[in-house]
Amino acid sequence: MIRDITIGQYYPVDSPIHRLDPRTKLIGTLTFIISLFLFKSIAGYLVATAFLVTVIRLSKVPFKFMVRGLKAILLILIIAMLFNVLLIRDGNVLFDKWFIRITDQGLYTAAFMAVRLTYLVIGSSVMTLTTTPNDLTDGLESVLGPLKKIHIPVHEIAMMMSIALRFIPILLEETDKIMKAQIARGADFENGNLIQKAKNMVPLLVPLFISAFRRADDLAMAMEARCYHGGEGRTKMKPLHYGKNDAGAFVFLLIYLAAILAAKQFWIIV
Amino acid sequence: MIRTAKLVYDYIKRDEEGNVEEVDRAVDHVDLDVEKGDFVAILGHNGSGKSTLAKHINAILVPSEGTVWIGDMDTRDEGHLWDIRQSAGMVFQNPDNQIIGTIVEEDVGFGPENMGVPTKEIWERVDESLKAVGMTAYRHHSPNKLSGGQKQRVAIAGVVAMHPKCIILDEPTAMLDPNGRKEVIRTIRALNQVEDVTVLLITHYMEEVVYADKVVVMDEGKIVMRGTPREIFSRVDELKQYRLDVPQVTLLAHELKKEGIPLPDGILSIDELVNALCQS
Repeated sequence: MIRDITIGQYYPVDSPIHRLDPRTKLIGTLTFIISLFLFKSIAGYLVATAFLVTVIRLSKVPFKFMVRGLKAILLILIIAMLFNVLLIRDGNVLFDKWFIRITDQGLYTAAFMAVRLTYLVIGSSVMTLTTTPNDLTDGLESVLGPLKKIHIPVHEIAMMMSIALRFIPILLEETDKIMKAQIARGADFENGNLIQKAKNMVPLLVPLFISAFRRADDLAMAMEARCYHGGEGRTKMKPLHYGKNDAGAFVFLLIYLAAILAAKQFWIIV
Repeated sequence: MIRTAKLVYDYIKRDEEGNVEEVDRAVDHVDLDVEKGDFVAILGHNGSGKSTLAKHINAILVPSEGTVWIGDMDTRDEGHLWDIRQSAGMVFQNPDNQIIGTIVEEDVGFGPENMGVPTKEIWERVDESLKAVGMTAYRHHSPNKLSGGQKQRVAIAGVVAMHPKCIILDEPTAMLDPNGRKEVIRTIRALNQVEDVTVLLITHYMEEVVYADKVVVMDEGKIVMRGTPREIFSRVDELKQYRLDVPQVTLLAHELKKEGIPLPDGILSIDELVNALCQS
């Protein structure tokens, strides 16, 4: 049961977005996120919305999967909105009692910031939903490649990420096993308050850590036995290729950027 | 192919100041000679030094004394390290801890990728190695969803894809169920007979040794017996002394012989015993 958990949140369908090179998607997502902070006008938001809707349509991923990611940031979103509403004191006063003063300026800023954050999260979940974790690490390694020049171990980081992905299900299964073994010996993971529950986790975590280190040791030996010696002189079994679709995607991205910059000129709301 | 001369390895335990506290001699003056195309089994009880010996053959460990040669390369020569690891591939005990890829075919390609083999050739090698271990149908699967025996076959394919001259298997069946064990042994035998790969199988299951050309028995770091499986298994009492069990049929034949029934020594299979009994 526990091994069926899929890591990352890849949604397997065949769509033009799924078929794009992971690098294209990484660059596209990054551009989209940056573009969100370039404009302040309503026209800008309309362009961004149109872009996002088109991409989501093309990806064939149901919209509710995108919204799932929002739950995690709901609290941050609310707090950020509250701060904006309460702390911005310029503009026309709409409400003023005790220390609370709400202005129209504050409301606008809060609303736009909420939209920006929401778009940001949805935009990045489009990427994770349409790219397998493996492709993502490959793409990351290639996009970050130039950082090797300033001695950032890009290959090693990507390798660590893909090994972590490989071992998550194994460690989950092991957690399950240890949990059952400890329950059979009288451990209690269910009852008690938060502190007691945290304390009860110790007999679970200690064996899990020991076994994880042992696995790491074994894996390192197995990798060395198979001639692993870092990224130097290594070839790729599945090298990345830009295709026709990617060219199209980049053109689309450029049009979007131009539209955003044009929208910046329409100063409807400052 | 593989040759060791007076090989000694000490595990040295040091205290906090780095003074030697305890020296544990894991391998003690071992001379081993494996010819090309051989299937050699190394038997031994837990702690007999057989795994330590195996780790010397692809230079994971270097000898404290003595020498190990792979072909004409000395494992102590750092310059040959990657050549040695390429020509002597190693399969370990725990299948989960040696599979690196998240997809079967990617894992098989890991070794060739490290060696810098061109992309097109990697694919050819992956295809042929998956075929050699009979796992082609599972090439797009996640290793997590395979059985132990299948995982171990993937691990073997990963080594085969590096085109090694010999494969060392360090208790590859210890964590498998009887079916998985049979699967793996069948694969190893096929590699040895069809592809003519030199195989060094380390195990403590006697049944697996029956198919070997030569058997070496280790105890407390020393080689105590060597010979063909038949020669080794005819010395039942000696094997018991090293805390090793002989296959059931062999044991039965041995006991029957003790009771006065005339039977030849070193019977290895049920058929053989039946034939011998019918003739006597």
